[in-house]
Amino acid sequence: MVTEMNVDKESLLNLLEEIEDPEIPVLNIVEMGIVRGIDFVDEKIVVKITPTYSGCPAMKTIENQILDILFDQGFPNSHVKTVYTPAWTTDWLSDETKSKLRDYGIAPPKGKSEDDFLQEVITKPVQCPFCESKDTILKSEFGSTACKALHYCNNCSQPFEYFKCI
Amino acid sequence: MTTNTEENTRKNIIEFLIRFGDDRLILGHRLSEWCGHAPILEEDIALANIALDCIGQASSLLKLAVEIEGENRSEDDLAYLRNEREFKNIQLVEQPNEDFAYTIVRQFFYDTFAVLYLEKLQNSSLEDLAGIAAKSLKESKYHFRHSKEWMLRLGDGTEFSNQKVQSAVNDLWQFTDELFYEDEINTQLIEAGIIFPADEIKTEWIKIINEIFSRAKILLPRDGGMIYGGRNGIHSEYLGHLLAEMQIVARSYPNAKW
Repeated sequence: MVTEMNVDKESLLNLLEEIEDPEIPVLNIVEMGIVRGIDFVDEKIVVKITPTYSGCPAMKTIENQILDILFDQGFPNSHVKTVYTPAWTTDWLSDETKSKLRDYGIAPPKGKSEDDFLQEVITKPVQCPFCESKDTILKSEFGSTACKALHYCNNCSQPFEYFKCI
Repeated sequence: MTTNTEENTRKNIIEFLIRFGDDRLILGHRLSEWCGHAPILEEDIALANIALDCIGQASSLLKLAVEIEGENRSEDDLAYLRNEREFKNIQLVEQPNEDFAYTIVRQFFYDTFAVLYLEKLQNSSLEDLAGIAAKSLKESKYHFRHSKEWMLRLGDGTEFSNQKVQSAVNDLWQFTDELFYEDEINTQLIEAGIIFPADEIKTEWIKIINEIFSRAKILLPRDGGMIYGGRNGIHSEYLGHLLAEMQIVARSYPNAKW
């Protein structure tokens, strides 16, 4: 029987921090903001998750990993519920998370998610995660995964990915 | 009486979700046909990404529809086991890719509508729908910027690229008014505060189209006949062929898991 009395949400969250994001293995699903909370319903654990992008193909893998890790800890009948409100935003990434991204070779999102869709393509230069130059250009707003854009560094001639601000 | 209204609203919500979900499912499938065929690598990746967003949005909307319906169907059942006449997407999204310019024009008409409409829909009184809309809006803004940039680049590019865009605009214009199609299903849901009148965004849609056309040196076609029917299951010849390809694996191997 699982209730708030005998299982502590904090320790469950610590457990979920062991799950890496399948696309960005340097981050875990809690710091990515994918895990939105833990509830206890009908004596079962319900983990709420939200997709970074609607079509993110990693969601199913993440769901299975959550169920597996809870199963291994003795919670066989857990559930994963997908929630959409509030919509995932890069604003949830902490400075520490952003520096992990940079160390991994992905330029972290710059500033806050913007709202004006009529504005022209990103004009602020994105800093190269390798040589820190700001002499970079946007190649395409769509990269190897939905959450990243393709950039190129004119200084170190290195193509790199930028984590899009949404 | 109240129960009748509630039941009516429930049915109308399901129908709206299917219409809205089908738009994204069919457009997403169309875009996925570019995978491995786009003119440059970056575009191959971009179109596949946009396709993925569309299919993801469709999946959320159709899933919500079957949850409300409560008849033990899944979103996959809706996508793979319905026939042509049961699809409620507008005819614009089922039009074939033809060439890159054609695909971009189709996408530009659609993205402009999607962004404007989702901005309204994120205030829906149906919480799950509002959430999906807010999520989709963030993605659609990127799609809009992408198709808009290409409209400008191709339209204001070479004589040849301009001609390609103009010809696609002339062909596809007749499908654009269906974006704003409304019937008693919409009327009832508008009264219930669940959706919003498409009319409210039509002026803004035309304004953006005009502005981009003028910068892209593209002429707005003269008013001609408009084609409707998709919302009630009437489609162009292209949808059947698309479904044959999209559904063949699921229909050939029922209940297969992979």
